[in-house]
Amino acid sequence: MIEVENLTKYYGPRRAINNLTFQIAQGEVVGFLGPNGAGKSTTMNILSCILPASSGTARIQGYDTFEHSIELRKIIGYLPETPPLYPDMGVRDYLMFAAQIRGLTGKKVRSAVETVIEKCSLKDVSHRIIGRLSKGYQQRVGLAQAMVHDPDILILDEPTIGLDPIQIIEIRKLIQELASSHTIILSSHILPEITQICQRVIIINEGEIAAVDTLEGLTASLRKSERLSLTVRNDNNEIEGKLNSLEQVLSVLPGEKNQFLIECALNSNLQDEFARMALDNQWGLVEIKPISMTLEDVFLKLTIEEKDVKA
Amino acid sequence: MRNAWIIAKRDLGSFFNSPIFYVITTVFLIIYSFIFFNILNFFSFQSLQAGQLQAMGMKLSLNEMVIEPSLQNMSVILLMIIPVITMRSFADEKKMKTFRLLLSSPVPLREIVFGKFLACMIVVTVMILISSYSVGFLFLLGNPEPGPIVTGYLGVILMAGCYVSVGVFASSLTDNQIVAAVLTFGFSLFMWVIGWGAQATGATTGQVLQFLSIVDHMDRFLKGMVDTSDLVYYLSFILLSLFLCHRVLDSNRWR
Repeated sequence: MIEVENLTKYYGPRRAINNLTFQIAQGEVVGFLGPNGAGKSTTMNILSCILPASSGTARIQGYDTFEHSIELRKIIGYLPETPPLYPDMGVRDYLMFAAQIRGLTGKKVRSAVETVIEKCSLKDVSHRIIGRLSKGYQQRVGLAQAMVHDPDILILDEPTIGLDPIQIIEIRKLIQELASSHTIILSSHILPEITQICQRVIIINEGEIAAVDTLEGLTASLRKSERLSLTVRNDNNEIEGKLNSLEQVLSVLPGEKNQFLIECALNSNLQDEFARMALDNQWGLVEIKPISMTLEDVFLKLTIEEKDVKA
Repeated sequence: MRNAWIIAKRDLGSFFNSPIFYVITTVFLIIYSFIFFNILNFFSFQSLQAGQLQAMGMKLSLNEMVIEPSLQNMSVILLMIIPVITMRSFADEKKMKTFRLLLSSPVPLREIVFGKFLACMIVVTVMILISSYSVGFLFLLGNPEPGPIVTGYLGVILMAGCYVSVGVFASSLTDNQIVAAVLTFGFSLFMWVIGWGAQATGATTGQVLQFLSIVDHMDRFLKGMVDTSDLVYYLSFILLSLFLCHRVLDSNRWR
């Protein structure tokens, strides 16, 4: 549905993105992940037909985003990083305007506006002035604006930025509901968000794709060792040495309050062994738990490894 | 053009819902009315003298002695007030980041530009029409000729159109409203005084400068003549400014 090939964009002499190539299938929910200034917004601007690329092509349903931009904009809903809200307008008036400017006419305008007000839970504030709403509500109005014309594709640039945790959960829930009927591209540097919503992750760093994979795929491919955390009650100086004496233990890192981070070989299943040691030596076992690699680790690893290669 | 109207309607809403329109219109009407009644006072003084001295029996015309100078003065006030009306057009959209909404909508750029122009034009026309109460006042007192009044107002509106188009163009160049207003005022004023250069330059250059001057084309409208060359001048001035505005916004995407 969305095909991006060798996409490159320069802002003056500065290269924002370089040779991006990826595909997104219909109905997929894809996350763009990357630090600030990595080129996420630029890519999204090109996909939403606002910016032309310097070279390379971006096609949506076979149509070029530059050549056929006017037609394509009808099936794309775009929420920029800063929601494009007129602070002096009422919520309903604003959504009416957004619906009309997106090409809806007559009775469809009103019914479309009522639908998004319902979907985005904006009923309570529909008569209020946008400038006086809380950031969370403003973000929801921004989201409502992006989907008022019922587009096939939703492009959401950092939809949860600047919100409090409760608002983040609400927006996230809303996006998950939308995921069933839309192709969604969303960007974020908040990692748990991507893990919870997206089926596939495209990691962008310094304008280039660092990785494209499912979440499990990414974590698995980067896992070269397993990590366990061991916590005990009693102070004991010999613990570290004893743990290290096991063959499959690669390293032991003492943490706070008698906690040890143990890195061991893949599939070594040392939990039993640790438990036995703790009981035999009366360390006072509190817990043993596996630490799975988070997307954050994956991300850091990818971006840092990249730098190492360059250096 | 449906989209242009949607955009203009939204802009008009924000004009009429904010104090901007009311403050500007009030200031405009107070200054204009003050000037108008001073001119009228001068006229009545003259006609009184003419009545006393039969020797001065020249014909005193309301059109020439009241309406013409009033409209000339009005165009000076508009020169100073229009930059404030147009400065928001694109500068504010860019600053508030709302321009993305328009850019991501299935609307050609030319319709966005025209919509912005239309909104400011309607605001200015409404202001000018409100000020025409003064002419109605003259109809109560005497009997001015309606023809030159209509063409005079047409001339003022066309001239205001030039200022508005320059204003919309200037607003597309920056995201700072003050910069936009100053550019508009500066350029409009320059186009106003450009004709003065005629004396210092040669005959041909002088004629060109004279023709480029925004005010010179007003004179015939005020006298009741609609000359094609004046119409062409004003309309091409407006179209050129809007075209440049379109080019600027389009090229912004490439940079």
